Amino acid sequence: MSSLSATIQDVFNEPGCGKNADKSEAERKKGCTKQLQPGGAAGGCAFDGAKIALQPLTDVAHLVHGPIACEGNSWDNRGARSSGSQIWRTGFTTDINETDVVFGGEKRLFKSIREIIEKYDPPAIFVYQTCVPAMIGDDIDAVCKAAKEKFGKPVIPINAPGFVGSKNLGNKLAGEALLCHVIGTEEPEYTTPYDINIIGEYNLSGELWQIKPLLDELGIRILACISGDGKYKEVASAHRAKAAMMVCSKAMINVARKMEERYGIPFFEGSFYGIEDTSDALREISQLLVERGADPELLDRTEALIAREEARAWAAIAPFKPRFKGKKVLLITGGVKSWSVLAALQEAGLELTGTSVKKSTKEDKARIKELMGQDAHMIEDMTPREMYKMLKDAQADIMLSGGRSQFVALKASMPWLDINQERHHAYMGYVGMVKLLQEIDKALYNPVWQQVRKPAPWEAEGDTWQERAMAEAEAEEAILAADPQLAEQKRRETRVCICKSVDLGTIEDAILSRNLTTVDEVRELTNASGGCSDCTSRVEDILASLTQSAPALAVAAE
Amino acid sequence: MAEVKTSKKSCSVNPLKMSQPIGGALAFMGLRGAMPLLHGSQGCTSFGLVLFVRHFKEAIPMQTTAMSEVATVLGGFDNVEQAILNIHKKTKPEIIGICSTGVTETKGDDVEGYIKLVREKNPDVKDLPMVYVSTPDFKDAFQDGWEKTVARMVEVLVDTPAEGAATDQKRINVLPGCHLTPGDLDELRSIIEDFGLVPTFLPDIAGSLDGHIPDDFTPTTIGGVGVDEVAAMGQAAWTIAIGAQMRRAAQAMEKKTGIPFKLLERLCGLEANDKLMSFLSKISGRPVPKKYRRQRGQLVDAMLDGHFHIGGRRLAIGAEPDLLNDLGGFLHEMGAHMVAAVTTNHSPVLEHLPTEDVLIGDLEDLETMAKERGCDFLVTHSHGRQMAARLNIPFYRAGLPTFDRIGAGHQLSVGYRGTRDMIFTIANLLIADHEENHEPTPDTWREGAGHGHGAAASVSAH
Repeated sequence: MSSLSATIQDVFNEPGCGKNADKSEAERKKGCTKQLQPGGAAGGCAFDGAKIALQPLTDVAHLVHGPIACEGNSWDNRGARSSGSQIWRTGFTTDINETDVVFGGEKRLFKSIREIIEKYDPPAIFVYQTCVPAMIGDDIDAVCKAAKEKFGKPVIPINAPGFVGSKNLGNKLAGEALLCHVIGTEEPEYTTPYDINIIGEYNLSGELWQIKPLLDELGIRILACISGDGKYKEVASAHRAKAAMMVCSKAMINVARKMEERYGIPFFEGSFYGIEDTSDALREISQLLVERGADPELLDRTEALIAREEARAWAAIAPFKPRFKGKKVLLITGGVKSWSVLAALQEAGLELTGTSVKKSTKEDKARIKELMGQDAHMIEDMTPREMYKMLKDAQADIMLSGGRSQFVALKASMPWLDINQERHHAYMGYVGMVKLLQEIDKALYNPVWQQVRKPAPWEAEGDTWQERAMAEAEAEEAILAADPQLAEQKRRETRVCICKSVDLGTIEDAILSRNLTTVDEVRELTNASGGCSDCTSRVEDILASLTQSAPALAVAAE
Repeated sequence: MAEVKTSKKSCSVNPLKMSQPIGGALAFMGLRGAMPLLHGSQGCTSFGLVLFVRHFKEAIPMQTTAMSEVATVLGGFDNVEQAILNIHKKTKPEIIGICSTGVTETKGDDVEGYIKLVREKNPDVKDLPMVYVSTPDFKDAFQDGWEKTVARMVEVLVDTPAEGAATDQKRINVLPGCHLTPGDLDELRSIIEDFGLVPTFLPDIAGSLDGHIPDDFTPTTIGGVGVDEVAAMGQAAWTIAIGAQMRRAAQAMEKKTGIPFKLLERLCGLEANDKLMSFLSKISGRPVPKKYRRQRGQLVDAMLDGHFHIGGRRLAIGAEPDLLNDLGGFLHEMGAHMVAAVTTNHSPVLEHLPTEDVLIGDLEDLETMAKERGCDFLVTHSHGRQMAARLNIPFYRAGLPTFDRIGAGHQLSVGYRGTRDMIFTIANLLIADHEENHEPTPDTWREGAGHGHGAAASVSAH
């Protein structure tokens, strides 16, 4: 367990993470995981995160060492796709019982590995540690080592039991396991100056295949994708790539950065969501390859391809413009973290509400990403009724969000489109963006909405439960409007930091009474932004709004 | 008489089984205003939550005590306390149902003791109904979690009637097993009500997970049986328990209230429903309504039409014991041969199954048996999809989880009408399979052609 905590500490120290760079030494030690709140937590555990990150490796047998819950309740439920082997979708688990808990589960684990090799003979087995065997002290590293020696096959321990932290931490621990046991252990059959790695892409709904034809056309080879539609050997020989792209999320930044450090493979962070981001990503890939020795003519071919594909995409988007005129989209997500998806939605004539988007500087883009992330977090804290009211107030025609809020939208007879991980459609690249707009069109213009919104024959107009709920909410607002004191109390009760449960009033009082000027000071005193730190920007805003009037108030207080 | 065997493998491959705590959580979802809470790491809850969302296509209330590694080692009192207080503050539940998990059972947390202490320390939740059930993941399976939880609800929530209190002859308690869908419960409710009886279902997932549009947005369950209604179950005249798993809860009810119970192991099929009708007629003192006499005739006709297609099929079935007994038993009555049967845990129903052997195992076992024994029809939950594709045999999805088709919550198997419609669905599936895979060709009967696909190819469906 001590080596696991060392690994976790190492992951928390990740210098490649922008957020981390802004943190103090003490904070970094605390780690970047969200502080989980009993009775208020949502989301998966570290084991879940590790499995999400690695299961898309298609020819590997993924063996879960634990009681039935960890695999039995969740197997074959990922949206990734494989172009070949299906063994990744096979559920393998030691399904430990009471006897194993008492006497230890190592023997069962070893025998399980043997059974898998005898029956399925995969190129490698990944063994996932879970909470119960971690508690009883099963040493999966030792078992994997013994099995590897005995059977002459890579058996890789993935040490991320659920209770060490969140899904995000699990992603990173999975990356560490690849760095430690897989990457660099084999050699590719051949290399080319056009070999790249794609890191952090899971090929959900087959999205990678919306991009791959473009790379194929340019003669760029995906040496290894970690991990969508990836194969063990490809990842094992990934250290021979010339360049790498880290897709979007920070989930596997440790892999990208350490591969740069160890093998000199330069990487950039990019996204294939949205037209401009896709073009930018293709450009950066080509640029990096040329810098590493590829023929510079690649740049011209890339530009030609981008020009052709962009023209096609914009032409395909044009017909939507009249149909989308005046339609409002409420976007609530931390899922599609790409500014350029928003740009394309706007280009197609949709109006975005809930998130303000301006096409301008890089900082703006970063800001928007941050806002969207924060909103997604905020929504977890909202009651369904508040969420419904937000939908209504936004006067949106359609809501784009992740699965968590879908039932609020649908129960409220509001068109809804899933743009997070569980979605059924592939939205990457140029074709994906057009597909997204098609789906929005399909949802908006479905006559079903007129049908389902009709009141039942026994319901009076304006007496549906939705309207009653709204009326109640409005009545509450009216009471607040009539009672400034109550309104002020309500305002002060607004939670700013969800992780640490700190409200606005507490923060304002702290700032005013101690003349605080920095987020660090506020955190020191109130704990606000001491969790996932997503609310840092809001604390900054509060600081900014108070600093002008602060001296006057401070004087008044004295 | 079936021989019950246990798989000797170390590694479970393609699990049929799911864990106890989420079976318990589902039972709690049949209570109104409930918040199920798993005492474990947050993944324990999130896997269960995702599973239920994908099955029911509904928002699912379920919380976690979010145990960290350190909390697990030190004991989870603080987490249990915080979770209860947070849930109470944020969602105002009428009841919190707590299930333990593998992590907290390995440590040996005394949750009953914790709850007592939480009540003492926090006057706010002093009287908040809470029910705790011990459901370690490393023991038993989903159905057992449901079984234990319902029995525990009876023990904790039902009031013992006062000495000499009158029973209400019209009122009956219904304790449904977890193999019934919300649609099944509603069908059963109508049937019982048509005899002039007033049923109380515990749990009542039809009220909460039937997909209805709620009267307001609520973060807890949107319906189900109320804690007050459960308390009053002691006034009923009879308890009907459905599925052998419910014997424990029915006995708990009898012990606490003295109410006699009738256990119906099955509700799918002609004979099973004849038993139900006779019993309801007896306790209500009313003749079986005309509607059901007609429905019985329709079922008989459907059985006659359907037996051409279902008869002779070699069935591979994987399900928890009570569902296996109910569906497998009925398909046997329709002439299918139950040649491969796999289940999740021991149960008294297993040895009575109309098959030679039943294996406590996984879907890899079922696939192997199906291949070796030439099965040409598969019944199991959605995880059978890979196996059905590999074996290229027709696949009827039954049980939880059904995540790759919609309408799982309304799939009917109970009552004359429910059985009738199920026959049509299954027979049509088999007809389509025949058309797609087994139409005769000039070479079908040629020596050495090897195209004959068991009984299905040689026995014409027409």
